[in-house]
Amino acid sequence: MQTVKSASELGALHTRLNAARDPKRPLVTVCGGTGCQASGCMKVAEAVRDTLGGDPKLAGKIDFRVTGCHGFCERGPLVVVHPQGIFYQQVRPEDVDEIVRLSVVQGKPVERLLYRDEVSGKTFTRENEVPFYKNQQRLIFGMNGQIDPRSIDDYIAIGGYQALAKVLTQMKPEQVIDQIKKSGLRGRGGGGFPTGIKWETCRRAEGIRKFVICNADEGDPGAFMDRSLIEGNPHSVLEGMIIGAFAIGAREGWVYIRKEYPLACDVLRNAMAQAREYGFLGKGILGTAFDFDVRIRRGAGAFVCGESTALMASLEGRVGEPRAKYVHTVEKGLWNFPSNLNNVETWANVPLIINKGVEWYARIGTGDVTGDAWGGSKGTKIFSLVGKIRNTGLVEVPMGISLRQIIYDIGGGVPDGKRFKAVQTGGAVGGLHT
Amino acid sequence: MLQVTIPIEKVDGIIGAWGGRREALIDILQDIQDVARYLPRPALEHLSKELAVPLGEIYHIATFYKAFSIEPKGKYVVQVCLGTACHVRGGRLLADRISHDLAVKPGKTTGDRLVTLETVGCVGACALGPIVTVNGEISGKMTQPKLVSMMKKWRG
Ligand SMILES: Cc1cc2nc3c(=O)[nH]c(=O)nc-3n(C[C@H](O)[C@H](O)[C@H](O)COP(=O)(O)O)c2cc1C
Ligand code: FES
Ligand code: FES
Repeated sequence: MQTVKSASELGALHTRLNAARDPKRPLVTVCGGTGCQASGCMKVAEAVRDTLGGDPKLAGKIDFRVTGCHGFCERGPLVVVHPQGIFYQQVRPEDVDEIVRLSVVQGKPVERLLYRDEVSGKTFTRENEVPFYKNQQRLIFGMNGQIDPRSIDDYIAIGGYQALAKVLTQMKPEQVIDQIKKSGLRGRGGGGFPTGIKWETCRRAEGIRKFVICNADEGDPGAFMDRSLIEGNPHSVLEGMIIGAFAIGAREGWVYIRKEYPLACDVLRNAMAQAREYGFLGKGILGTAFDFDVRIRRGAGAFVCGESTALMASLEGRVGEPRAKYVHTVEKGLWNFPSNLNNVETWANVPLIINKGVEWYARIGTGDVTGDAWGGSKGTKIFSLVGKIRNTGLVEVPMGISLRQIIYDIGGGVPDGKRFKAVQTGGAVGGLHT
Repeated sequence: MLQVTIPIEKVDGIIGAWGGRREALIDILQDIQDVARYLPRPALEHLSKELAVPLGEIYHIATFYKAFSIEPKGKYVVQVCLGTACHVRGGRLLADRISHDLAVKPGKTTGDRLVTLETVGCVGACALGPIVTVNGEISGKMTQPKLVSMMKKWRG
């Protein structure tokens, strides 16, 4: 692959890759996320590959893709047959032959593998009809199902790196910051700090070096959305970081990621290598004068390292002990240089905002952020819904939605007619709601 | 008994792969542990010299982070998730069962160095809890009977 040297070259590449993805062409996708791996999805993926490849009538005519997490891990392994979009859950390798014969060849569903609602007894054929998904708004996470996270071409085909091209060729850093401020994006890592204000502070801070950092430590017990985002769509996080670095004036980036997430580390490393090869990381990004690159540091398991000062100490290779709060890391962070830390999901929202525009983005979510960055919170949030609830998994909903809607409309309520007792939000650092 | 160590040349290779940078100390320790399955003292002494970091500081780091072990680990490193989601689904009982049947406390290794039992926070597969991982491989929806047959397999 040649490097992409300009926005127009990227545009041409996008057109070519997108044209190759005929939406009418048969395609089988298998979820390959960590959750589904725990229920044996790789054997299912192998069976699909063998069955498709072993039949001369099918070989070469049916596309096959292993994707990242769909959020409904509890029901894994998950298989989706396109173009019909037939959604299968709890698939075993033995089921694959029937899926191929019936669904892929004839377009008919295999009834027994469809999702069945326990209460009403109804079955659902398509993913977005299933109650768990129907009430979600999967702007960030929905892309996982459309791409192979190990393929940068897949990401480009669905519009990836267009936001970066726009920013580098049509915008000034201050304009980018202004857009992020107006969007009403706030940090997804727990603190909820307005992202644009943080970027602005870091841009204005003095320093001969500056850093942007991605917090993928995800120390909250019960949470796994950051991991699933990196595993399922690593380029969206990288693209957000590159845009942020341009806006802030940073040339070096770090991703601090939990060692307990080996698949995420591997997928991210692969994505970084591809981005470098295409010229989205490194020197002279997209043929402009902007240089930026990212490195990975694996966290070694200490809950406190998700906190910004401890995280930076750990990045420096020291013991991750939080330091006094009166020194702000945006001004004096990593090796005392201005450092902008954002959560994985925060970064992943950035390309979406640039692509769709501030007006569109600010319509999703709650409150009013014109004039007061703390007056509301925009966009969606991915939650992990776990515990004694009918449907568990990762759900993405607009900011400001009620817990009742999440637990009953998406989670299906508490099983066995028990009463709803308590819900913990934001993991251990959040509160307990009853 | 399983004996794993790491040759000094290998330690040098790891240091070299990280450009000999002080800041990469945690990565270097992780790579050493990936090979040796723990952090052997000779390797740390060598590292201390090469990176010019006091041995005491290296031990401070090696004991601060939960991922590191300064004692040899067993052939099977078994982690029972006690994160919130796994806890409410009986993770604790699974850890107790292993503890009881193999006579090993959490954080410790059996006398024959067969099994190291660890309890960990969320491993990020909550929807499939309770989770047990063996040498990094995740098994979901763990039950007592499944666990018993796993323990039988380890004993050979
Ligand atoms: C004890 C502690 C643990 C934290 N753990 C995390 C974490 O795992 N992931 C995260 O993104 N932020 C975590 N935070 C918040 C970070 O300090 C920081 O505010 C955040 O990463 C900033 O990104 P954001 O503005 O995009 O949310 C933690 C904070 C504290 C005090
Ligand atoms: S890993 Fe497959 S749905 Fe989450
Ligand atoms: S709590 Fe056990 S995997 Fe999340």
